[in-house]
Amino acid sequence: MKGPGEYGGTGRAGTTTLNGRGPERSGAPAESTVLTVRTEQDLLAIRHAVRDATLQVGFSIVDQTRVVTAASELARNAYVHGGGGTIRIEYPTRPGAVGLRLTVDDAGPGIADIDAALTDGYTTGAGLGHGLGGAQRLMDEFEIRTRDGGGTTVTVTRWADR
Amino acid sequence: MNARPTPGVPILRLGDVLVTGLLNELDDATVVAFTEELTTRITADRARGVLIDISRLEIIDSFVARTLMELTTMARLLGARVIVAGMRPPVAMTLAELGLRLAGVETALNAEHGMAALGWHQSPRPSGEVPHEGTR
Amino acid sequence: MSSTEAAARERVTGALRAETDTVSDRWVQLQLAQEELRDIVSEGELREEADALLGALLQALESDVPANRVVATDRSLRQAVTDLSMRRARAGAMPTVTSLAVLSLKEALLEAVQRQTRDTEELFTAAVLINRLLDAAGALSFETYVEGREEIIRRQSRQLLEVSTPVVRLWRQVLAVPLIGTLDTTRTQVVMENLLEAIQEHEALVAIIDITGVPTVDTAVAQHLMQTVNAVRLMGADCVISGIRPSIAQTIAQLGIDLSTILTRATLADALATAVKLTEEATTHRSAGVQENP
Repeated sequence: MKGPGEYGGTGRAGTTTLNGRGPERSGAPAESTVLTVRTEQDLLAIRHAVRDATLQVGFSIVDQTRVVTAASELARNAYVHGGGGTIRIEYPTRPGAVGLRLTVDDAGPGIADIDAALTDGYTTGAGLGHGLGGAQRLMDEFEIRTRDGGGTTVTVTRWADR
Repeated sequence: MNARPTPGVPILRLGDVLVTGLLNELDDATVVAFTEELTTRITADRARGVLIDISRLEIIDSFVARTLMELTTMARLLGARVIVAGMRPPVAMTLAELGLRLAGVETALNAEHGMAALGWHQSPRPSGEVPHEGTR
Repeated sequence: MSSTEAAARERVTGALRAETDTVSDRWVQLQLAQEELRDIVSEGELREEADALLGALLQALESDVPANRVVATDRSLRQAVTDLSMRRARAGAMPTVTSLAVLSLKEALLEAVQRQTRDTEELFTAAVLINRLLDAAGALSFETYVEGREEIIRRQSRQLLEVSTPVVRLWRQVLAVPLIGTLDTTRTQVVMENLLEAIQEHEALVAIIDITGVPTVDTAVAQHLMQTVNAVRLMGADCVISGIRPSIAQTIAQLGIDLSTILTRATLADALATAVKLTEEATTHRSAGVQENP
């Protein structure tokens, strides 16, 4: 069950500080982290880190599962096709909502046909070819950029009302 | 195939059924090793059924999904029926949204249901009926 | 930054630094004078807001960010403005109450500068600076207010959604969800979540999705139905869709939507009969009680 009341309406006022530079008051941690994707072991570490991040943001169990699964797909993509890369975990906020943003960067050959890559069943490696398209469906926002000289950046965000 | 026992994934034999479970902490190499060990055991133990309890799995990504489908196909070729039991609701939802159906894989609500379908019953009832009322 | 502007900024900053508490008090008093606000925000809350916002403002003014960019770039200040507007939006205040909050801060600030200087020229440049500084805050405040109201509408519609998709237990190990209205992505997610949890809780073998109350079934709705059925099957339960009216059957056929892997029945009663038969089979046959995923 989603818990819209988890962050308790107007109750956050108690965390405001006098000088305005005190601890974060948005309810979400602000520090972003960057992890590397180089080995299969890293994929496991990434799932752990992203799970922890979803807990910090206060996502429902279903949203936790969606985001960790999307992270697993994207990290595996970077590992298999991009020859490794990095994944950045960020905590964007907007009025009334907290979010989790993942940016996966790889230095691989890039994707020649993005539309095809987003189609289910398209794959050039292990898996089912649901990686990119699946991650897109599991998250609220999805952006992909691939550069001519090689390298692909995928940015995905999931929001939750607070 | 010369599969070594997979660390952390015990495979038990109950009559002609192999019972095993996947844990959350598996990395890809362990999953691959598990598949190899299981297929070896199916032949060695002449298993007719395999129950894979996945109630501990917190996520299933396309890699694990593919592994489960391949396992089912391989087991079928070796004469064994695979039942995957106990998928958690958030995992089922995410898989459906991901567009994955686990084609060809048989699923059961929990290990008891799966074992019943493989011919095992959880309590020794002379009638052989699955007790459906108040199973939990 | 021109020298007059720098001087004006120094003046405003100085006044605020010297009289933070007075400005804060005055701002709270000005707001309390508005009747609409009194029932919505308490004096203590107003004071907290004032302290947070003025603290952030002072710190931002002491940096070298241009006055018109201060609100846009300073995180703490943005947060203070957002918190203030969000609180009013959530409490159901009128939009004017929110904009008056920022306007009365201008007044309180200008009064503080006035106590420091009587020079018309200096007062004028200070007023221009205060305006430049706080107009962005006013805009942000209004924007936040609108988003806050939208958030409330979203939340209410989701709550409505949850009560309007009850999962009922019809029979031993048979659940039913009567769907009313259309089936979009959000609704599908709520239905699925409720249904799957109920299946696990009741160890249900069959779930009936009754679409009598669904006006039309187009490709998108069919896709959402398929998704739900797939999730139910992954759990190891079966799904029956009931309440398919002749007109809907016609649309489904015309659109070429393939529901052939799903068990469908015309009425809920038919579906229940089918479901009961399925659960009975599960207790007598080995093959039942397990889902083959197509």
